[in-house]
Amino acid sequence: MSIKKSPIIENLRKMQMIELLSKERRLDGRSLTDFRPINIKVGVIQKSNGSAEVSVGNTKAVAGVKIETGTPFPDTPDQGLLVVNAEFLPFSSALIEPGPPDEDAIEVSRVVDRGIRESQMIDLKSLVIEPGKLVYCVFVDISILNMDGNIFDAAFLAAVSALLTTTFDKKIAKEDGSFEVQKCRLPTRCIPISITSITIGDAILVDPTEEEESVQDSRLTLTFNDQGFLCAGQKGGSTGISKEQLFKIVEISKAKAEELRSLVKKVIENA
Amino acid sequence: MIDENGIRLDGRRWDELRPIRIEVGVIKNADGSAYIEFGKNKIIAAVYGPREAHPKHIALPDRAIVRCRYHMAPFSTEERKPPQPTRREIEISLVLRRAMESAIFLEEYPRSIIDVYVEVLQSDGGSRCASITAVSAALADSGISMRDLIVGCAVGKIDGQIVLDLSDYEDKEGEGDMPVAYMPNLDKIVLLQFDGIFTEEEFKKAIDLAILGNKRVYEILKKALIEKYFGTVEEK
Repeated sequence: MSIKKSPIIENLRKMQMIELLSKERRLDGRSLTDFRPINIKVGVIQKSNGSAEVSVGNTKAVAGVKIETGTPFPDTPDQGLLVVNAEFLPFSSALIEPGPPDEDAIEVSRVVDRGIRESQMIDLKSLVIEPGKLVYCVFVDISILNMDGNIFDAAFLAAVSALLTTTFDKKIAKEDGSFEVQKCRLPTRCIPISITSITIGDAILVDPTEEEESVQDSRLTLTFNDQGFLCAGQKGGSTGISKEQLFKIVEISKAKAEELRSLVKKVIENA
Repeated sequence: MIDENGIRLDGRRWDELRPIRIEVGVIKNADGSAYIEFGKNKIIAAVYGPREAHPKHIALPDRAIVRCRYHMAPFSTEERKPPQPTRREIEISLVLRRAMESAIFLEEYPRSIIDVYVEVLQSDGGSRCASITAVSAALADSGISMRDLIVGCAVGKIDGQIVLDLSDYEDKEGEGDMPVAYMPNLDKIVLLQFDGIFTEEEFKKAIDLAILGNKRVYEILKKALIEKYFGTVEEK
């Protein structure tokens, strides 16, 4: 994705961008720490157990949750399964071709997976029907519909919003050994939020567009839980980052995560 | 996992690394190679290139491209790992490649490709950190120009405490793991991933500890490279 681009245009754009950055401005008029407009719609796919469509500026993602039963992993017999998968649809950008997920798509699924898992958003221990034999599997599939930078946060918001509105038919064992089916909400404990920033020189830009990403030095995706603790992170970009800049990004992202969390809360309450 | 005397399960203190051994130039056919033992990790990294890019259309007019394959041998883990690459291996190949791109002077080798292969013969905690150290030794051995060497070492959180260099068991049972790769002379972090709960203070402490650990790995790496090219090093 990032490999095939005209370096001449990139360098000119980069110069223009850096000139603006010295005045703390961006090409689209935002301040350095502003997100683009975020729009979250839940319950868009009726056949899924939970779903959400999210747009962050022109970046658009849809996530659907399916809950099925299956066998647990041998090393975690007392836990349900969480499987996250992300796909860049071929029409999402001129640079994407059909085929199995490439390394960039795999990175998105794994970063979203870690954020949800490590924040302990889902109580996987409560998703056991018979220990070691039968558990619920939570499949979160994310499709990227349109790409304009910051795929990570759009995918993460879609996944989290979908999970927060997920319901499923829970089998409850009765005394005579038979099962009763009851519609339940997926048990969630918190709302994890991921914030992606990039650095260009000394400047730190939150929620980069694709154009900004194409001239980035480093990228950093950080996930925070409700208490504002870090629970997952991933560096991207092919340039090193200093410790001081890293700590600065943690500080900015922590405040941003609060903002986004109240937005998600509002959407879920009104759903 | 830490007893009342502050000793971990394998006898180390919180700020101690596992034993590390690095040997440079182990694969004769490759342009550069290195072998690393990092705790129970046994990893070989080898470099071919810069050479003509193939297929040709992937070449770039102004710089080299780097291709990296991190692979774990089927016998490297407790349970056999199927030989085809997993999502984890593809992701690690990606983060290793980015770390290398930060260090290599790519613009010195336009239109060419640098192939880097990493094979994990036996895995333990922190295999990606051990891998990047071996990779940078192999790149140095191949003579490719670099801004700095890269060293890697993980930090983590066990029993609520930030400790250096998690073992396999500590990684699985602990509360958090944070692999960090670092360019010691430029003072830049080139690989950072983490999972597990860290407060802002713990995060900062972890980064500081990782840099400290990495500086020690750097001394070992430097010594291994000097040994390869100048014979045994005299102790200071």
